[in-house]
Amino acid sequence: MFRLVLRRLAWSIPLLFVASLVSFVFVAFLPGDAASALGGANATAEQLAAIRQELGLNRPLWDQYWQWLSSALHGDLGSSLLSHQSVTSLLNQRLEPSLSLIAGAVLLAGSVGIALGVRAALRGRLGKVVDAGSIVGLAVPDFWLGLVLILVFAVHLSILPPTGYSPLVDGPGAWMQSLVLPWITLAVPATAIIAKQTRDAVASALDRPFVRTLRAAGVSERSIVYRHALKNAAIPILTVVGLMFVGALSGTVVVESVFAIPGLGSTAVQATSSNDLPLIQGTVVYFTLIVVVINIFVDVAYGYFNPKVRLA
Amino acid sequence: MSVVPTQVVTASPAVPPRALSPRWIRRTAAKQPLGVVAVGYLLVLAVLGLFASSAAPYDPARQDLAAALQGPSSGHWLGTDALGRDILSRLIYGITPSLANAFIALVVFVGIGVPLGIAAGYRGGLFDGVLGRIIELIQSLPPIILVLVVVTVFPANATAAMITLGVLGCVGLIRVVRGATFIVREELYVTAARVSGVTPGRIMSSHVLRRVLGPILVQASVFAGIALAFQAALAFLGILSSGGRPTWGGMTGEAAQVISSSSWQLIPPGMAVLVTVLAFGLLGDAIRDLSSGEDEPAPSSRVKRARTPGEATAMPSERAVPSGAGPFDPELLAVDRLTVVAGEGTEVPLVSDVSFAVAPGETVALVGESGCGKSLTALALLGMLPGGVRTNAGRIMFNGEDLTAGGEPAYRAVRGSGIAYVAQDALGSLDPTHTVGSQLQEVIGRHEQLSRAGKRARAAELLAQVKLQDPDRVLASYPHEISGGMAQRVNIAMALAGRPQLLVADEPTTALDVTVQAEILQLLREIKHATGMSILIITHDWGVVADIADRGVVMYAGEVVEQAAVDRLFTEPRFPYTAALLASDASTAAEGARLPTLPGRVPAPGSWPNGCRFSGRCAFVKDVCVAGQIPLMPVEAQSLTRCIRVDELVLQGALPS
Repeated sequence: MFRLVLRRLAWSIPLLFVASLVSFVFVAFLPGDAASALGGANATAEQLAAIRQELGLNRPLWDQYWQWLSSALHGDLGSSLLSHQSVTSLLNQRLEPSLSLIAGAVLLAGSVGIALGVRAALRGRLGKVVDAGSIVGLAVPDFWLGLVLILVFAVHLSILPPTGYSPLVDGPGAWMQSLVLPWITLAVPATAIIAKQTRDAVASALDRPFVRTLRAAGVSERSIVYRHALKNAAIPILTVVGLMFVGALSGTVVVESVFAIPGLGSTAVQATSSNDLPLIQGTVVYFTLIVVVINIFVDVAYGYFNPKVRLA
Repeated sequence: MSVVPTQVVTASPAVPPRALSPRWIRRTAAKQPLGVVAVGYLLVLAVLGLFASSAAPYDPARQDLAAALQGPSSGHWLGTDALGRDILSRLIYGITPSLANAFIALVVFVGIGVPLGIAAGYRGGLFDGVLGRIIELIQSLPPIILVLVVVTVFPANATAAMITLGVLGCVGLIRVVRGATFIVREELYVTAARVSGVTPGRIMSSHVLRRVLGPILVQASVFAGIALAFQAALAFLGILSSGGRPTWGGMTGEAAQVISSSSWQLIPPGMAVLVTVLAFGLLGDAIRDLSSGEDEPAPSSRVKRARTPGEATAMPSERAVPSGAGPFDPELLAVDRLTVVAGEGTEVPLVSDVSFAVAPGETVALVGESGCGKSLTALALLGMLPGGVRTNAGRIMFNGEDLTAGGEPAYRAVRGSGIAYVAQDALGSLDPTHTVGSQLQEVIGRHEQLSRAGKRARAAELLAQVKLQDPDRVLASYPHEISGGMAQRVNIAMALAGRPQLLVADEPTTALDVTVQAEILQLLREIKHATGMSILIITHDWGVVADIADRGVVMYAGEVVEQAAVDRLFTEPRFPYTAALLASDASTAAEGARLPTLPGRVPAPGSWPNGCRFSGRCAFVKDVCVAGQIPLMPVEAQSLTRCIRVDELVLQGALPS
């Protein structure tokens, strides 16, 4: 178990390395002067020189990366080209909204998706509904769904705020109100996927020989489904829930922009529109770190549900 | 050398020959109506996009501020936006960037994914290993953030963004193609091509590619939908340049600006993205169903084809055994003319007209080859037939109560406490995610109101009863930590937890080592002796029958063909099938003699012959055997046979009489 987590941590090192290297590689491939691409068409000569100075673009690439990496290891990811704030302090502020968003959405999608999937595994007709729902749920564009929810619940019904984020310290009620619509937006496709995976996994667990033995021994259907089949189906369900965490993380880019939530995703979009290379590099590192943490949680949960893994 | 491969190519069972012929298209369309609708929609979309300038009723950029934010009307079918521009026209002009961007990503996706996937699956080894690691790395990262990095470096460049998406997305395709190639690689005709000197490049491009086309098309279709939604999202966020042309994502973004004054604006572009992504998804589903359907026909169609008219009416037969009480009294269990069928509407009988009884303390063996309906009969006793299979006639009397009349509540009342069950797959019969103790105690709790400590004590007692050493250690173990023999003892302990009167054991020793088999049979004998429990043991092994059973019931093709006391069965079989089974059984054959085999197979349900079902394999078959239904006839006290020539034949038993 412990070794499993260690192995996962070891795996995260090349992951972080590759993720951070990506932007440098792209800059290297950039035709012409990187500074003029980043500065935009209207940049003055002084501005371009400042960008070159700030990013060290006149030094060789490996040297640039080495500089970046060694300061990154000390927790310094440079400063934003636009606001000149430190990237780490800027992104640390954005962490709470994004994590609230991801955790809530996956919790919602997980509970609804697993409940739906289990019932679908037991009743044939609901299975077809889950199939159809998963196809449509995946086809709905998230940015559009968010707007439709704003339209219905904020503009027409006026029961929830249309946009913005209320931090947890300002009261959990307002916090939840500000997040309900973003949660639903992110949860819809995830629920569809989790329900389908749960349905398949539980149905195949119910086909295994031990179910027959338990039933013949007089164990109730309720216990067979929830105590035995669901626990045996946990590994594939868990895998997909882990993937949904990463999916929700991607989803923050769009959903935070739709709902004007100051998180990592909307910051990434702003950094992209303003060609703020240090800031987008920093977001990549934060995204990667979150993925690493999610994967460790998933691995620990694997061990809980699969006694064979626990021994490894 | 060049001639050989051509022969090999013709031998390949690749794409079905009539693919894309008019008849094939008609049949496919009937099977996949949604897929056809999806293809039609996408074609119409592509044509509209190509001829946008003539298809669109207005110039998409023409502003008419006086007619801004209108709803649908005859002048503007989909209304107008905040600048009075015609939404339908903008939607039509938006097709090209949407599809073109998705296409760029798709080309990269297929162009990298297919060759790398085939190469990895075909070559394996180090290349495959390294690629697998890289894929794992890429899949750990959310693609959108890397695309944003690219768009930061190449500002607003849609092509760069879509190429990046294609590169990041193709890792999924590589995995799928690699897996499919790996399977194809091992197939005979590919091996033959390899042996006959066809270069790996040609094998991969001509043989392997044709076979893995199905999975590739499925992945490509799904990915096209993802790419389309993805570029719409980027356009919505306003970080892609569209060269001034309207885009669906951009239109949604503009609609968001006026969301409180006009809600209609949101609907057309959103629905356009939704329906198009849906169409790609449905297309993928249709291809998946088609390509998996070609490989293997559905099992249900096989059953239906095998069925010939007239058999169904022949099923209910005149019975020789009088209804109600069987010949054996007093009974614990009496199965009376039990019939088990599969399927809705057209029912295929799997077990027909089976009658036998088990007396208290008696051990009865159900004997026959696999496919004779023994296990289904056993499951019917517990009311646990698999889905789609059900009891449709006959009675199962247990302790004088008809379980078939009582339905599920009656079965539930006897499961575990009246009738218990032990299966063949000892380890598979235990839930791998719970400890032995947890499962055993759960079952104990179903039958007795006990405290936690009480349940634990009873569990240890049961394990001692099945002669397991160190019960405490076994209770704390997970199933994967114990051996098959130990697992079967645990299964027996679980079966005993409810103090049943009858134990149904379905091939309980078949999957175990020979020495363990003997131990388990010995254990069953001891338990029977100690508890007075009856046993119904299902087996194809005459050694087991001889070892433990008092009486044997021989089944063939879903019906009972003979039943008698075990020593009678061995010395004087009265049905040719029994004699043939005895002769071919290693445990009863004469030492040193060549083991005769029983040629042929048990006919499948639905294709049982008229008259004697064994007639096709019987050495003594005459016209009279296939003339009509043959009832189960008493030979002497407690012996029954279904052989119409019983009085003429003298069959060889395994032991001298």
